[in-house]
Amino acid sequence: MSVDLETIQARLLDVLPAARITVRRNPGPAAQHSLLVDCADLVDVCRMLRDTPDLAFDYLSNVTGVDWLDSSMADAVAAPAEGEAAAPATGFLEVIYHLYSTTRRVGPLVLRARTIDRGANVQIPSVVAVFRSAEFQEREIFDLYGVEFTGHPDLRRILMWDGFEDHPMRKDYVAPDDCEYEPTPHAAVLQKAKRHYAPS
Amino acid sequence: MISASSKSFDAAPMIESGPDDDSLLRVSLGPQHPSTHGVFRMNVVLDGETVVSLKPVFGYLHRNHEKIAEGITYLSSMPYTDRLDYICPLSNNWAYAHAVEKLAGLEVPERAQYLRVILAELTRLINHTAFAGFILGDMGAWGSALMYAFRERELILDLFEDLTGARMMANFMRFGGCRNDLPDGWAAQVSRLVDDYGPFLDEMEKLLVGNEILLARTQGIGSLSKETLVNGGISGPMLRAAGVNYDIRKVDPYGIYERFDFRIPLGATGDCYDRIMIRFLEMRESLKILQQALAQLPEGPVIDPKARIRNFKPPVGESYARIEGPKGELGFHLISDGTTKPYRYRIRPPSFINLTLIEDMCLGLDLADVVVILGSVDIVLGEVDR
Repeated sequence: MSVDLETIQARLLDVLPAARITVRRNPGPAAQHSLLVDCADLVDVCRMLRDTPDLAFDYLSNVTGVDWLDSSMADAVAAPAEGEAAAPATGFLEVIYHLYSTTRRVGPLVLRARTIDRGANVQIPSVVAVFRSAEFQEREIFDLYGVEFTGHPDLRRILMWDGFEDHPMRKDYVAPDDCEYEPTPHAAVLQKAKRHYAPS
Repeated sequence: MISASSKSFDAAPMIESGPDDDSLLRVSLGPQHPSTHGVFRMNVVLDGETVVSLKPVFGYLHRNHEKIAEGITYLSSMPYTDRLDYICPLSNNWAYAHAVEKLAGLEVPERAQYLRVILAELTRLINHTAFAGFILGDMGAWGSALMYAFRERELILDLFEDLTGARMMANFMRFGGCRNDLPDGWAAQVSRLVDDYGPFLDEMEKLLVGNEILLARTQGIGSLSKETLVNGGISGPMLRAAGVNYDIRKVDPYGIYERFDFRIPLGATGDCYDRIMIRFLEMRESLKILQQALAQLPEGPVIDPKARIRNFKPPVGESYARIEGPKGELGFHLISDGTTKPYRYRIRPPSFINLTLIEDMCLGLDLADVVVILGSVDIVLGEVDR
């Protein structure tokens, strides 16, 4: 059921020689290794994986967003090969795609794409044009993590309401605590709100 | 009382998108509407009776389950998975336990494997039976069908209560097995239930298929091509009703499903009628699996004695594991940083992703068909909004 990533990597590089695709090792018992794909090549790689007859990864099952405050942990979970550059130290957002083939019945093929940082450069190209199933999942990651999917047909918040401003799944998100209304305000709740809204 | 500083939002804002034309009627269908199966809203734009745009609005039941799970230990999330798809708690338990077992490399003893199959297939019976009741309700036949469906569901819930202590919020599976062994006589009771279920299905099927209104309302409604469905990530009975032979129990076997002799029913056109009938056929296959599993049920421990409950720390790594839930592919993606809490806990909810193509299915049809199509997708909002 598992897929041979080196072969797929070589196949992809045959067609897309300029693409930057590296194999990342998963150190855990699950051993689901992944391909780290450069953002610029992501859509081409997805289209190639879907349309090449003997690969036929036609089913994008799952799209996960991850917030990496600490880049060394990102490299521990998806370990780079010897001599390969480590992830930038500043932290970044990552989107992980799980692809399956309904005709060849193999999978999952795990793709990862990373943003440059967690601040202004959080763009990743949208794969909705290739896999429609990413439509709501990318909207969810935009909503909860703040990844901007360029080229998404309808990038709006999906679970939080439209006026909401932050991205609650980010690791440094601080939940608002003024909404914790109690008939008799508890000292602990008040103290927490005070700390949160202290003038800085 | 809400303080002036907190942000307020309009409970039912005007429709933001859709064609701009005064002759069109904009309808906000839901969130409080019996046909939406919970709190789900669709912004529908109608030209006369015909749907020209349909935008689903989510989030009324959102509590950020994933964020909560990242702040607590692995096992603490187990009871919370019951509340995702609250019609099928035991399937959710299994999917989560399966992902953690993959993440930590745990083995599951034989008896627990059989127990899981029995519980998952009983859950499938519950889900599909309730579905058959709800879909008739969506067509206006409130009461009778749902009453028959819930009568049978109640018998299975009684068995769940005997085994797990709770009718719905089971919290039964553990990493490396199940929580407790069967009470005395439980397996015999399941056997009796399985024997009686076939005649009930015959009766229910007659009630549905013999119903002229049901045929008129479902045949030729809401079908899409196989390619579109696969591309849209549709899974479960929805996908197989269109004739795509993709059942995770067969194509990516988990647990011990390889040992059982069962078939995967496939539809021909993928319209709402096929989606109903496919669920009936699946229930009959589930009964076959249950009979075999009950006959083969071995003795032994129900949980790996070496499985750690306290201070459970899976090694650094990630895993994606999926099962064939009653509603479709239910997956969990976990990332461990070596601590007692998951670094990332992601659910792949079948109900949510099966809604991706809802607009495509409804365009050009009548508003009344939207209700039937939404019913045939079979969503549970606990899972859609998480």
